Amino acid sequence: MNLDIRLPIGLLFAILGGLLIVYGLWTQFSDPNMYDRSLGLNINLWWGLVMSLFGTFMTWLGRKGATEKPQQAH
Amino acid sequence: MTTSLAWIDYLIMLIYLAFVLGIGVALKRFMKTSEDFFLSGRSIPAWVAGLAFISANLGAQEVIGMAASGAKYGIATSHFYWVGAIPAMVFVGLFMMPFYYGSRAHSVPEYLRLRFDEKTRGLNAITFAVMTVFSSGISMYAMAKLIMLLHLFDAPVLAMGLSRDWIFHAAIILSAVIVLGYVYLGGLTSAIYNEVLQFFLIVAGFLPLVLLGLKNVGGWSGLKATLDGMGKTQFTHTWVGMGQASTNPLGVEWFGLVMGLGFVLSFGYWCTDFLVVQRAMAADSMTSARRTPLIAALPKMFFPFLVILPGLLAIAVPTPAAPVAEASKPGATEAPALQGLIPAKVDYYTGELELDKDGKPVPDYDMAIPRMLLHYFPTGILGLGLTALLASFMSGMAGNVTAFNTVWTYDIYKAYVHPGASDNHYLWMGRFATLFGTVISIGAAYLASRFNNIMDALQLVFGFVNAPLFATFLLGMFWKRASGHGAFWGLLSGTGAAAIFHGLNLPAGSAAGIKGGWITNLFGAGPLYAFPTDMAQNFWMAIAAWVTCFVVTIAVSLFTQPRPDKELVGLVYALTDKPQEGHLTWYQRPLALGLVVLAMTAALNFLFY
Repeated sequence: MNLDIRLPIGLLFAILGGLLIVYGLWTQFSDPNMYDRSLGLNINLWWGLVMSLFGTFMTWLGRKGATEKPQQAH
Repeated sequence: MTTSLAWIDYLIMLIYLAFVLGIGVALKRFMKTSEDFFLSGRSIPAWVAGLAFISANLGAQEVIGMAASGAKYGIATSHFYWVGAIPAMVFVGLFMMPFYYGSRAHSVPEYLRLRFDEKTRGLNAITFAVMTVFSSGISMYAMAKLIMLLHLFDAPVLAMGLSRDWIFHAAIILSAVIVLGYVYLGGLTSAIYNEVLQFFLIVAGFLPLVLLGLKNVGGWSGLKATLDGMGKTQFTHTWVGMGQASTNPLGVEWFGLVMGLGFVLSFGYWCTDFLVVQRAMAADSMTSARRTPLIAALPKMFFPFLVILPGLLAIAVPTPAAPVAEASKPGATEAPALQGLIPAKVDYYTGELELDKDGKPVPDYDMAIPRMLLHYFPTGILGLGLTALLASFMSGMAGNVTAFNTVWTYDIYKAYVHPGASDNHYLWMGRFATLFGTVISIGAAYLASRFNNIMDALQLVFGFVNAPLFATFLLGMFWKRASGHGAFWGLLSGTGAAAIFHGLNLPAGSAAGIKGGWITNLFGAGPLYAFPTDMAQNFWMAIAAWVTCFVVTIAVSLFTQPRPDKELVGLVYALTDKPQEGHLTWYQRPLALGLVVLAMTAALNFLFY
């Protein structure tokens, strides 16, 4: 198959992570009380960061795989 | 502090759905032959096949059900992983995959035809096809019911002037259309790719939930102290008290657990169910196929922390259940919390409590994970958590749909209805089978919503069919004398033995009927034996079915003609060359990988004894 699954996974996580970061930053000022339920932790911001890091890593792996593949025997 | 869905939650779900369908669209142009569609052209790398292997099994029922068992029985639920699934996955990778992959069979029933005969294959193909469409219907129903109970979509649906029934219709139709869409377009590859995507999403959605919950109760030691304080000391131990059925929450002693759950049920499922085996068959080489279940076992052994732990946390959360989404919706009644976050069971329409025979409210353990999500997640990440639930549901359903279209096309349609057609015709049939398999599943989901007992009965019958199957495979692969007649009659009598065992015994405190005891009840007598729990009865029923199938298969085989050795090359252990793996470095070898997996699992059992 010519589609490397790491690319869509990486992209999805990067997009969702980025979205959560922006939303987390915005709500940090507009509605900080909403984080009472997550024990005062801005879970959107922090988990968004984790997800976008993972997404970037997967995208990098996927692109690296795509450029290396043509040289490989299988 | 109420939560209702905001635009961002819907946006996250929409982006996910766009990706899922996008993968199907991107793969459509690679689907040229039926082998591409049904077996991904045998081109899937081992790690992708491995993650799909566990993801196809990680349906909504597993996620919801494991958390529910966690809340009900404690960490002992991990036996389903550390005694059940993992050893079975190591076995299928090391010992069975050489025959599945090496025989070039397209499906598990086809292997049965190659090894035994046509009638054994027919029996397996037909029961399996029926089971998969109904299973996906049942999980669709469970998901739609869950969405209704959460009242998350009440506001938009009621705003459109529709009745609440439309939440059920919309949940079923929408999810069916999406799964149908990506399987129809990209076949097994699309299902597998999406299962990998869904695997990561499920982890991303539930991991922060576990971390927040643990932080709240003060880590594992805090959780232990809280549960000890509630008199649930055993909830944090897996093996303490397993010496006798009466001294542990599962109500089963170690022998019934290891034999019934570990050996018969788990080996039966992971080694013979085409739903999971199909993922390994799609791998790009024999070594990859053997590595698939072993790679799958690595994340699988940590799943108890992801899906069972939320159940324990749900009963140990220090603050009582805050009014969550349910309460904020007009006309919706909120069920009172019984135990931590676990609510009482309520009737969706009347809002009345369901009571047991002592007049006490019944805890709805299935709500453990959903309640945890609503309790800890603010909007934003709440959308991610719900998307994870949705993803788990879709990956489970796609697993059923792809297994169904393959078995239908290869083992029923091509074998009995229309043999000898062109490959293009079977590719078309595969797509068409995806369509009508989904339609039947939708029908099954509606059937379940009307007659709940019919679905319970069906799942029971599936248990009768599955329990003996592993005996057939074990004898087929390791005893060349086992004959087709032996396999066929062994399977039938194993299923019969399960049904009779179920009819004679009953879990304590249950009424005769769907729970068992229906044969003795016909004669006006009580059950022969009253098991402490449903689970104990299930494990022992599986043992009875397995032993019967094993004995009958051997007996019948000894009196019937075996197949000549030359027909069994590549199908039976003694007549098959061992896979050559000398050129691989040690960590690439399936045997080394298998031993690492087993050692880690033993360590987990020891740590949480």
